[in-house]
Amino acid sequence: MSNLEIIRSREIKERMSGNEAVSYAIRQVEPDVMPAFPITPSTEIPQMVSAYIANGQMDTDFIPVESEHSAMSAAIGSEAAGARTMTATSSAGLALMWEELLLAASNRLPIVLTLVNRTLSGPININCDHSDGMGARDTGWIQIYAEDNQEVYDNYIQAYPIAEDPCVRLPVMICQDGFITSHAVQNICLLEDESVKKFAGTYEPEEFMLNPGKPVSVGPYSISNYEMEAKKNQETAMENARGVILKVAEKFEQMSGRKYGFFEEYRTEDADYIMLIMGSAAGTAKEAVDELREEGWKAGVLKIRVFRPFPEKEIADALRNCRAVAIMDRCESYNGNSGPLGSEVTAGLYRNRVFIEAVNYIYGLGGRDFTTDHVKEVFAELRAAAEEGVPVQQHKYVNLRG
Amino acid sequence: MKNTVEIRWHGRGGQGAKTAALLLADVCFKTGAYVQGFPEYGPERMGAPITAFNRISRTPIRVHSNIYDPDYVVVVDETLLHAVHVTDGLKENGAIIVNTPKTPDEIRPLLRGYRGRVVTVDARSISEQALGKNFPNTPMLAAAVAVSRVMDRDSFVANMRESFQHKFAKKPEVIDGNMRALEDAFAAVDE
Repeated sequence: MSNLEIIRSREIKERMSGNEAVSYAIRQVEPDVMPAFPITPSTEIPQMVSAYIANGQMDTDFIPVESEHSAMSAAIGSEAAGARTMTATSSAGLALMWEELLLAASNRLPIVLTLVNRTLSGPININCDHSDGMGARDTGWIQIYAEDNQEVYDNYIQAYPIAEDPCVRLPVMICQDGFITSHAVQNICLLEDESVKKFAGTYEPEEFMLNPGKPVSVGPYSISNYEMEAKKNQETAMENARGVILKVAEKFEQMSGRKYGFFEEYRTEDADYIMLIMGSAAGTAKEAVDELREEGWKAGVLKIRVFRPFPEKEIADALRNCRAVAIMDRCESYNGNSGPLGSEVTAGLYRNRVFIEAVNYIYGLGGRDFTTDHVKEVFAELRAAAEEGVPVQQHKYVNLRG
Repeated sequence: MKNTVEIRWHGRGGQGAKTAALLLADVCFKTGAYVQGFPEYGPERMGAPITAFNRISRTPIRVHSNIYDPDYVVVVDETLLHAVHVTDGLKENGAIIVNTPKTPDEIRPLLRGYRGRVVTVDARSISEQALGKNFPNTPMLAAAVAVSRVMDRDSFVANMRESFQHKFAKKPEVIDGNMRALEDAFAAVDE
């Protein structure tokens, strides 16, 4: 990546859904192999990629497998053999990959998975929340979330340069909200094929199985005197990913003009009240913040883009000067206290000596709608807590039927 | 056109309400607007009530929720008036467009007190005459554009011909029929 020649791309104005956008990016990057098994709402991705292949528009080997367990197993085999590999899934599909997710990360295989976030059963439901991605949060994958079709397109293009960096070599999950962005047609600015191909470069693994001159063994047994060092190396790679993610984002900005970081701060510089949120609902929150600002509120949004590695220190610094933060989880973690972001953000605030009011909310489970009115209700509670000392309920569910 | 126009579609699975919403987003995009077109997904089955949404705007669209206070409501299947509260939140200075051979005065009593504009269009007859089949979504799309004025007739017609040529590349024989259905519906509701 460091020696990469960046070509400033011409902007191509289009309109497409999130699934179309990510499929378009896959065609442009053209990985070597894609094993996949269809599951709503990500089914369109393997479907559209298969159509590109059938039409002769890309040269990826598509492997139709019989389950997601097999999809990730095939991805591991293919990546270990030295081929740039990807897959796509959602919900129960990701859950069925669970054992292999850990193998992909611990064997340091830079696979890319596009996850279209959908809730996990039960009750069975096809709509969006983040319980699938959050369930895999400790599997050793880098996770990057998107607000809309534009961001998931841009994030996918940045995925391989992050994953394959020699000091990272970890798999990357590129996440978007099921149906809300995956099936919504919106405006998008695409990049030219040539620019994207140059940006993604070609995969040149240092060690791979189909290399007769330098044979390697992948996935061997490790006794206790090496296991812990292997895990520490993996953890160091995740720490290294921080710098690489920012470096790749900088290069991406040179190509596209679009700026990315660990998170986006929207009108937070002087904000008393900040909503910390991830995914499509961040757009709704920004709209509500603009309306609140017109009424004289000092409100802002901190939108998490990179969830793994978790940018704890940077988040704490960004929140240091506000009076209260609402930490919004689109996932329950059943620990009896909070959702995953609630736990991690409040721990991060404490470790970095930022002692502000921090309230955790659960919203949007199983596709429950989240509107600008809901955003305003949350801000009103934050303000009442900070200014009038009104006790605020932690771990409250937004838009729950009474 | 005001800054953002919000449209809510009510149909039954298989009638093409979702396709109509996506086509409307498509055709408005071509005139330089910011657009959003998306369906609300439930159990997908033929005949079940479905909802789809459009936002058409002069500025980038960031809201990702459903639409609760639409400017316009389009009802692709008249029987939904008995099953779904289609006028919920509908702005009084907006309009509801219903696929029915009846007159607005005959439909109004079914609209739970809605006092705004009521437009009826016999999309079934228009489609059957133009296409020989009942595909109500094409005439309802034209009616939605004619009533909401999100774009003018000429650029709508020109852009839709292009879209149909793309969409029906493998069955060009249906393009003229679809265009006739569009133009007939537009003429039927245009004031």
